[in-house]
Amino acid sequence: MHSFGYRANALLTFAVTILAFICAIASFSDNFSNQNPSAQIQILNINWFQKQPHGNDEVSLTLNITADLQSLFTWNTKQVFAFVAAEYETSKNALNQVSLWDAIIPEKEHAKFWIQISNKYRFIDQGHNLRGKDFNLTLHWHVMPKTGKMFADKIVMSGYRLPNAYR
Amino acid sequence: MGFIGETVDSIKSIKIRQVLTQAITLGMIVTSALIIWKALICVTGSESPVVVVLSESMEPGFQRGDILFLRMTDEPIRAGEIVVFSVDGREIPIVHRAIKVHERGDTKAVDVLTKGDNNDIDDIGLYAEGQLWLHRHHIMGRAVGFLPYVGWVTIIMTEKPIIKYILIGALGLLVITSKD
Repeated sequence: MHSFGYRANALLTFAVTILAFICAIASFSDNFSNQNPSAQIQILNINWFQKQPHGNDEVSLTLNITADLQSLFTWNTKQVFAFVAAEYETSKNALNQVSLWDAIIPEKEHAKFWIQISNKYRFIDQGHNLRGKDFNLTLHWHVMPKTGKMFADKIVMSGYRLPNAYR
Repeated sequence: MGFIGETVDSIKSIKIRQVLTQAITLGMIVTSALIIWKALICVTGSESPVVVVLSESMEPGFQRGDILFLRMTDEPIRAGEIVVFSVDGREIPIVHRAIKVHERGDTKAVDVLTKGDNNDIDDIGLYAEGQLWLHRHHIMGRAVGFLPYVGWVTIIMTEKPIIKYILIGALGLLVITSKD
C-alpha cells in the first residue's frame, strides 16, 4: 500500500488522467468560438481552355481570392487549411469537386489575405463537359487544432461560367 | 510412503489459488483490451479506428507520432476530407487529403484523388500500377480528431524491436514477481 512502486503508479495514473481531461477541455472550448469568416472570389482570366488528346477538357484560370478567416483561430488552433474547389454537375457525374488552390495558414495574422493566382491543381473534367458549364466556387476551411476534434466548413459562391468555345 | 507424502505436500504448497488468480487477472487484462478495440471498431465503423502517423506528408497539421481517430459512415466522401486508404500491394494505410472527387449520378460510385498537404504532387504515384483514382472500397475511414505525441511509443517499438522485447520481458517479470 505504501511501497514506492505503488505510489509512483498512482501518481502517474492521476497525472495522465488530468492530462487527458485538459486535452478534452481544450478541444471542447473550441465549440464556443464565434466564427464568421468571409470570402470573395473573382475569375480574372481564362488563361486557356482545351480538350486533351484523350478527350478530357482542361481549363486554366486566374483567380482573385479575398478572404478573412481570422475568426477561425482560437488558442487551441494549430493551423487552418483553406482551399478553393470548383463544383459542378455533368450528365454522368452528379457531383464533381476539383480543388484549384490551397494554402496552409499557420497564424491568425496570415488569415486575412488577398491573392491573385492561377489554379495550383489542374482543372480537368472526366469527359468533355466544360464548354458553357455553370459552376460554383467553394472556399473550404479545415481547422486543425493542437489536440482534439477537427472542424470543417465552407462558403459557396455561385454564378461562374466557362466559355462556350475552346481558346 | 514417506516419499509419496512429501510429494503430495510439495504439490499442495504451490498455492494453486494464487497462481489461478494471477492467470485469470492477466487473461482479464488481455481480453478487456480486445473487447475495447472491437467495441471501438463497431462504434466508429472503421476497421482501424486509431492509427499512428508515420511520415511527414501531412505536416504541419499532422506530425510523426500523432495518433488519429477515424470514423467511417455512409456519408459520401467530399473534397477536403482527410481519408485513410489502403493501396493494393501496400501494407500500411496512408492518411492524405482528398483534393478531387467525382461522384456518379446513378450508382453513387466515387472517384477520389488524394494528396498530402506537405507533398508537391498528388498520390497517383502511390496508387497501384495503372490506378488513377481511389474508390470507396479503398477508403478505411476519415480523420475526425487527433492527439499529438502519444503514438511515439508505437513508432519506437516498431523501429527498434529490441525495445519491444525488453518492455514485454520487464512487464512479464513484474507480473511473475508481484505479490498482492
